[in-house]
Amino acid sequence: MIAIVKRPEPSKFWTIATPVFAVLLTMILGGLLFAAMGKDPVAAIRTIFWDPLFNDQFAAYSRPQLLVKAGPLILIAIGLSLGFKAGIWNIGAEGQYIMGAIAGASVGLALYPLDAWWIFPLMVIAGAIGGFLWAMIPALLKTRFNTNEILVSLMLVYVAEQILASAALGFLRNPEGNGFPGSRNMSQIPWLSNPELIPGTGAHWGVVAALGAVVAAYVLLNKHLLGFQIRLTGESPRAARFAGVKDKLLVVFCLGTAGALAGLAGLFEVTGPAGQISIDFGAGYGFTAIIVAFLGRLNPIGILLAGLLLALTFIGGELAQFMLGLPSAAIQVFQGMLLMILLAMDLVVNYRITIVNRETT
Amino acid sequence: MKRRTLLTAVAASALALGAAFPSFAADAVKVGFIYVGPKNDGGWSQHHHEAAMVMAEHFGDAVEIVEQESVPEGPDAERVMTQMALSGADIIFTTSFGYMDATINVAGKFPDVKFEHATGYKTAPNVGVYSARFYEGRAVEGYLAGHMTKSNKIGYIGSFPIPEVIRGINSSFLHAKKENPDVEMSVVWLNTWFDPAKEADAAQAMIDQGIDVVLQHTDSTAPQITAQKAGNVYTFGQAADMAEFGPMPRISSIIDEWAPYYIERVQAVIDGTWESDNTWAGIGDGMVGIGEISSAVPEDVKAGAEALRDSISSGEYHPFTGPINKQDGSAWLAEGEVADDGTLAGMNFYIEGLTGEIPQ
Repeated sequence: MIAIVKRPEPSKFWTIATPVFAVLLTMILGGLLFAAMGKDPVAAIRTIFWDPLFNDQFAAYSRPQLLVKAGPLILIAIGLSLGFKAGIWNIGAEGQYIMGAIAGASVGLALYPLDAWWIFPLMVIAGAIGGFLWAMIPALLKTRFNTNEILVSLMLVYVAEQILASAALGFLRNPEGNGFPGSRNMSQIPWLSNPELIPGTGAHWGVVAALGAVVAAYVLLNKHLLGFQIRLTGESPRAARFAGVKDKLLVVFCLGTAGALAGLAGLFEVTGPAGQISIDFGAGYGFTAIIVAFLGRLNPIGILLAGLLLALTFIGGELAQFMLGLPSAAIQVFQGMLLMILLAMDLVVNYRITIVNRETT
Repeated sequence: MKRRTLLTAVAASALALGAAFPSFAADAVKVGFIYVGPKNDGGWSQHHHEAAMVMAEHFGDAVEIVEQESVPEGPDAERVMTQMALSGADIIFTTSFGYMDATINVAGKFPDVKFEHATGYKTAPNVGVYSARFYEGRAVEGYLAGHMTKSNKIGYIGSFPIPEVIRGINSSFLHAKKENPDVEMSVVWLNTWFDPAKEADAAQAMIDQGIDVVLQHTDSTAPQITAQKAGNVYTFGQAADMAEFGPMPRISSIIDEWAPYYIERVQAVIDGTWESDNTWAGIGDGMVGIGEISSAVPEDVKAGAEALRDSISSGEYHPFTGPINKQDGSAWLAEGEVADDGTLAGMNFYIEGLTGEIPQ
């Protein structure tokens, strides 16, 4: 009979091989789905995975767009992964992202039309602080009153969305906007904008920050005592306390870092690709980043790759919609399939499937 | 060994996938459409989609249609437009207000591609804007609402507080009040164009407060479904006729008629005569249609509503004709004065009698 046996430690080979298999399996199952809908499955899969990277007509544009789309996802997911590793569940990155954008934009727009080199760096700092402070609410409530950070951080997303609407309609509204909601377009104001650093690459400061965060998180988790404490707390909170980990401080650190990184992502987005504070500025990056963090197995390098993969399916999915007429719901099913299969294949990373003789068991 | 052969196989199949690039028909005019909601939302986006299909049928093989649904307003819209332009689209219709800046940005990068942005106000040499005078239809809805309400309480589900929506609120309230001086209107702002759950919640909250006529400026049929369950509540089809909800709760509708405009503009691209325009057409031009007034409405009220519709259509009557005061009591239009398009285009105030504030 077939038995599933837990491995003493996760298989190195399967850790690397499962994502590849999962993508291939998704291509096959997704192809069947598209074929059942009467579309050419090979064309659909090629449009999603190949065209954004290598199509003659638009790859030059969509390749850099991968970085634009993946940048905020990676930046937020890195912050979240620290907490998730330690068993601290910050579900409210979307709110921290929004508050970072509002805080940073407020600084820049309050000084408008002042033009100085130090304004953008100041906005970056304000963005990080905005996200940090928003994350401090669940952190302090948890350490002081032992509230559940999942609920508090999630509920604060809806509060942040209301503040966003009020900013777009009120205190950040463009006075020259003909009565329409939304702030001034910061991407069109040179000293407030977060432009592409090297033309044609799509890399703005947010992408640079994301790569920096990947490296910093890698060093922190592998070379630093704090990283060890985070991992230990996640695996055994009791043992961690015996080892002298200050668990309350760790909650503040993990939520604060996640909040600051999400706030940075929001600031770079609002001054770059989005350009302005608008009522629907929050596009769900904070929630998608949770998927990215788990897809990347809470590992910094994994998160980098997961962010890029998810960005690829977004952009390829858009192409498939208008080039092949696939409905957006089918693309979402396809993305969901990819995530499900990837996570389901974790089974073979942690378990061994063997055939054992029934008589001997 | 096995691992290596597997990797080779993966690489080989990846190459095979990429070998055959899609080919594009060069002779047909490629027309792109971008929708803010799903193509089957039952309202705004679906109606644009159906108009696109009518246009496609009209031209047959001479045009090729590409569409993208559920595109969020913001950076995603800009990417979708750019990719459409790169894929060889000749003209792109961007069918939601929030696509405005993205349309202008992308149009700047593709001077040879024509863009048509619905309900915006920014134009460029290769960007035209088009919208319908929905407020003309709102006047007819307001007339019916004023007559049909028994509780004298009317609800209005607003989307975003932009001039287009505020015009609709003012126009419907003005004409409800003319027919029924006791009428009160409550406005709820949802900050979304399409969210069936929120729309249903808003409609239910209104009905719970005793409101018995619900107008909507959001795109789904959720308010109709909620009203149908509640029973004695009247609604209006929005953007699409929504006739399937008649004769109750839907008693009439505003229908957006985009197809003739789409045909005209695509024809201009085919002929090479396309020029940037600023179209704002109403009932008289056929861009705003008033759906069949259902049997739930008494004959005399129906006749009155139709007379109002016809007088707006002929240009004899303008829905914003003075005397009209602003909410704070200050005068806006004097006796017999008619609102100019500039003021209407940027309308950011309520008229007298409306309660509550425009969010700011």
